[in-house]
Amino acid sequence: MAGTETTTAAAGERGGPDGRGDLASVEAGLDALDAVQVKRVPITHTLLHKVLPPVVAVLLVLAVWKLLVLAEVTDDYKLPDPSAVWRSLRGLWLQGTLGGIVWTSVSRGLLGFLAALALGTPLGLLVARVKVVRSALGPILSGLQSLPSVAWVPAAVIWLGITDAAMYAVILLGAVPSIANGLVSGIDQVPPLYLRAGRTIGATGVRGAWHVLLPAALPGYISGLKQGWAFSWRSLMAAELIASSPDLGLGLGQYLENARTDSDMPGVLLGIALILVVGIAIDLIIFSPLERRVLRNRGLLAGAR
Amino acid sequence: MAPALTTEKPLRDDHDGATAPAAVRISRVHKTFGRPGTAQPVLDDITLDVRPGEFVCLLGASGCGKSTLLNLVAGLDAPTSGTIEVPGGRPALMFQEHALFPWLTAGRNIELALRMRGVPRAGRRAEAERLLDLVRLGGAYGKRVHELSGGMRQRVALARALAQDSKVLLMDEPFAALDAITRDVLHGELTRVWEGTELSVLFVTHNVREAVRLGERVVLLSSRPGRVAREWAVDIPQPRRIEDAAVADLSVEITEELRGEIRRHGRH
Repeated sequence: MAGTETTTAAAGERGGPDGRGDLASVEAGLDALDAVQVKRVPITHTLLHKVLPPVVAVLLVLAVWKLLVLAEVTDDYKLPDPSAVWRSLRGLWLQGTLGGIVWTSVSRGLLGFLAALALGTPLGLLVARVKVVRSALGPILSGLQSLPSVAWVPAAVIWLGITDAAMYAVILLGAVPSIANGLVSGIDQVPPLYLRAGRTIGATGVRGAWHVLLPAALPGYISGLKQGWAFSWRSLMAAELIASSPDLGLGLGQYLENARTDSDMPGVLLGIALILVVGIAIDLIIFSPLERRVLRNRGLLAGAR
Repeated sequence: MAPALTTEKPLRDDHDGATAPAAVRISRVHKTFGRPGTAQPVLDDITLDVRPGEFVCLLGASGCGKSTLLNLVAGLDAPTSGTIEVPGGRPALMFQEHALFPWLTAGRNIELALRMRGVPRAGRRAEAERLLDLVRLGGAYGKRVHELSGGMRQRVALARALAQDSKVLLMDEPFAALDAITRDVLHGELTRVWEGTELSVLFVTHNVREAVRLGERVVLLSSRPGRVAREWAVDIPQPRRIEDAAVADLSVEITEELRGEIRRHGRH
């Protein structure tokens, strides 16, 4: 504080009797000194700190796996060599079926997710803004979030048969609560100051919701979407595994189930790996960039590397 | 020297019929919070006028209800009894926190206020640029809120408040969180902007020097409940500086009075 006082006095001396002329220059100096520098992280830094560690971790897992195989800890049909899994992957690729299998599941997952989005968003808005709806549906929605969506598969199969509709029903039951809850908590966490500021500039009612409430709730909503996608994907895999039938297109879940019935362990491991990779890839390609963009625009990512 | 500069006013300005027009007219306002029976009076019989174009500083210690009074004038809350008239329409309001929307750029924040006011799209950008120029932030249109310093954010908030084109600007300790130099500069900016407009300002603060530096009139509120204790007309010509001898002298006098008000609460 002592330094601050001295500087004020010095500025006063330079200012002369009027003190008006130097205001602009002092202000310009302050702006230059105080302006927050926003640095973009260089690409080499990203590669070194974000990409390298997970790659090393995956290589380590593969190395341990290989060592276990070399040490012959268990039978070959239980723990195949990593190269056998690689050959399965190559085989699928050369047959030309790999893309089809992945796309069948991904298109189902994304379509189901979009439907869950269209249902979960208005539902979340209602729960967040209408008191009666909140007391009626709020606890049910949070409860449904902790119910594993596999539990819905038998019911969906009895109601809808082993059809695409059953798959979508399971996805919706898994993802809608997540998306709605994300929006509710996003809205609950909006600082009241923004709402007050909105009201003073005349943003009330629907205009207030559109211009202030919803943008302010966006970070919470997006984390709800991320979680909603994870739930969609999980539910879909559960549904494909249990309700697998040759009538439906061959997706990743059915591929995995077929590999199990054939006692094809490399195929089983490949199925697991593909499900994992697709889930992560969708998150990395769609949701993480969206979230980073929203947070960076609001200066909420400043400390993060 | 100080007595020559101040004219003491009677304890309460009684409204004698239809006199000069007021930008804000607060008449016999009471405000209590809580349930009847256990309710605590926060504001007790406040009567205060702000003339068009006048700069009034509301001064008081904690618990004097100055922020409550400002919320009432802003229409964010209703008085328990008494009336508040703001003939010029909804006043603009500035908070201690800048309250800018972080998902919008500085310029877009101002444009949102213009849009809510009904300014057509075509004119908004230019008007936002003009207002940013007015607070000497010409290049900041595309800047995100987090890229601005505390002082710059409050200047954008001032520009946003001006974008409402209200006759009255209410300010709730808007510079309290800033460092001394920045606050000093913003005092100068606020005085300059106020002199260039027809704006009436009701400025709440607990900082005596700030009140004397800025106001044409300083109104001291007592605490618990808030009453108008005394008021001073500040006849020191602008531009003033916070370190001016005349500002200091009057501040000493007002501080004495404020301390007296606070002391009363220690004697029970």
